[in-house]
Amino acid sequence: MLSEHNELKKGLGLHTRRIIAYIVLIAVSFLCLFWFYILFINATRSNGELQSGFTALPSGNLLTNWKNLLHGTLPVWNGLINSLVISGCCAVLCVYFSTMTAYAIHVYDFALKKFIYPFILMIMMIPTQVTALGFIKLVDRMKLENSFIPLIVPAVAAPVTFFYMKQYMESTLPLSLVEAARIDGSGEFHTFNMIVLPLMKPAIAVQAIFTFVSNWNNYFTPALILHDDKKKTLPILIAQLRAADWLKFDMGQVYVMIAFSIFPVIIVYLLLSRYIVQGVALGSVKG
Amino acid sequence: MRKKSKAVRYNKWGYIFLLPFILVYIVFQLIPMFTTIYNSFYENYMSGLTQIGPNFVGMENYKNLFMQGDIWTYTKNTLVLWILCFVPQIILSLLLGAWFSDTRLNLKGQRFFKTVIYLPNLIMASAFSMLFFTLFSDGGPINSLLMQIGFIDEPYRFLSNTGSARGLIAFMNCLMWFGNTTILLMAGMMGIDTSLFEAAEVDGATSTQVFFKITLPLLRPILVYVMVTSLIGGLQLFDVPQILTNGTGDPMRSTMTLIMFLNKHLFSKNYGMAGALSVLLFIITAALSLLIFKVTGNDKRKG
Repeated sequence: MLSEHNELKKGLGLHTRRIIAYIVLIAVSFLCLFWFYILFINATRSNGELQSGFTALPSGNLLTNWKNLLHGTLPVWNGLINSLVISGCCAVLCVYFSTMTAYAIHVYDFALKKFIYPFILMIMMIPTQVTALGFIKLVDRMKLENSFIPLIVPAVAAPVTFFYMKQYMESTLPLSLVEAARIDGSGEFHTFNMIVLPLMKPAIAVQAIFTFVSNWNNYFTPALILHDDKKKTLPILIAQLRAADWLKFDMGQVYVMIAFSIFPVIIVYLLLSRYIVQGVALGSVKG
Repeated sequence: MRKKSKAVRYNKWGYIFLLPFILVYIVFQLIPMFTTIYNSFYENYMSGLTQIGPNFVGMENYKNLFMQGDIWTYTKNTLVLWILCFVPQIILSLLLGAWFSDTRLNLKGQRFFKTVIYLPNLIMASAFSMLFFTLFSDGGPINSLLMQIGFIDEPYRFLSNTGSARGLIAFMNCLMWFGNTTILLMAGMMGIDTSLFEAAEVDGATSTQVFFKITLPLLRPILVYVMVTSLIGGLQLFDVPQILTNGTGDPMRSTMTLIMFLNKHLFSKNYGMAGALSVLLFIITAALSLLIFKVTGNDKRKG
């Protein structure tokens, strides 16, 4: 009797729980997507239409808004190119050298290893903001203000990416493979570039995307380094748009500018989402 | 003997491969860190157009930092914003994680939902914040929408009220991070030995009991990890409130965070105070990191 009762409760419970789960999931998804939908709609509307209230249907002024934005005072194309160059270079340097660092720790046995590996794990959580002051002074002394170098080169030392690569290597790179390459007469550097890097491709792809996106979105550090209008990245331009007396602004242009910074990332994400979501889960194991 | 010397010969490559990381780390992280600490003991700022200092003042900057009182307001703001974001985030993430990893529930379309909830994490925070600023402005679309459906009669001034301004910032952050947290927690839940769930099922445990008696206790290390990393992230809160309030922390500095405060000092070239604040933030983050290190280090199960 008791077990029967339990069965019944569980059966009903499961069905109701599933319905509740779907309702919550749909509501949450709506909350995630709603803003981008309005952004898209508003980017297609003219300033006059925008002042007249809210609608859920797109209008036909996307291209006009876009042209107005390009002819306005914000150096949008420069911003795009600067953002692309910085994020692209960071992604390449970061994954290449993080893999190299992980390889050094994974494959070789040297005296300082016992000290360096825990050290890198310790510094992993230190935010860049707390050393920003010294960083600005350094950049000042090196006369690198308005240069991309201080934004790109530090990507070589990325403890988080290193840690991910190290984790991945532990599961995919057997030491016997390195040994075999040595016996075949392959130099260490050659082994790393020709055998290890191709093997690490999935991890490299995931981390390249993450590094690219986080640099694309980065506002704090570039805003401290880049002051020249032609050198600014997209987040700095967005901040500038915010600081301008925005009520005088053509709101259609504002929305197009925001869309222009957000939608490229969304499109790339949707194309690669499977690998990205998987990558997040992989990296989480022991964080 | 010969083999050993060969191994030693190879092992010098370990240093060669480490060199780029170490060099760049020393130049762009370690030296700036020491300069930051060094500067925190010097008086160094612009008074009008005159440069004051740098003069050695010992702990004077730290004393000023605490005596002026602003730091307490901004610490409180930062913590309030973090709690407002973290509490709903962790509840939602636990719930979604439990549902996604529940094989009996067997939800369809998981890949779609996971893709959607992770999406906001990749959005440029400054652009997202600018979007909310325009959407929630006094004459913006949200106010028009609420007026059109007759919910309110006159525009609600979201950005001029402490509660709604903080709420918006917390909401944006929650939206940007709950997907990430869900995926982390779900990975942890998947790692739990399924025989435990089967045994509980045989014993007639309800799903609520399973969640509170099995899932949650076993998930504790990951929960601590998520909470501490979220707190470290919360202390760095900057882009969203900076853009939303144009750096003012309005209304009445109620959304001014610690990093916004730091940013202000950096831009006004008040290096002494910026240094003291940085060192303080560094100490807090380092303590929190050590906590994570201890928690994850002790957990042999994931070893």
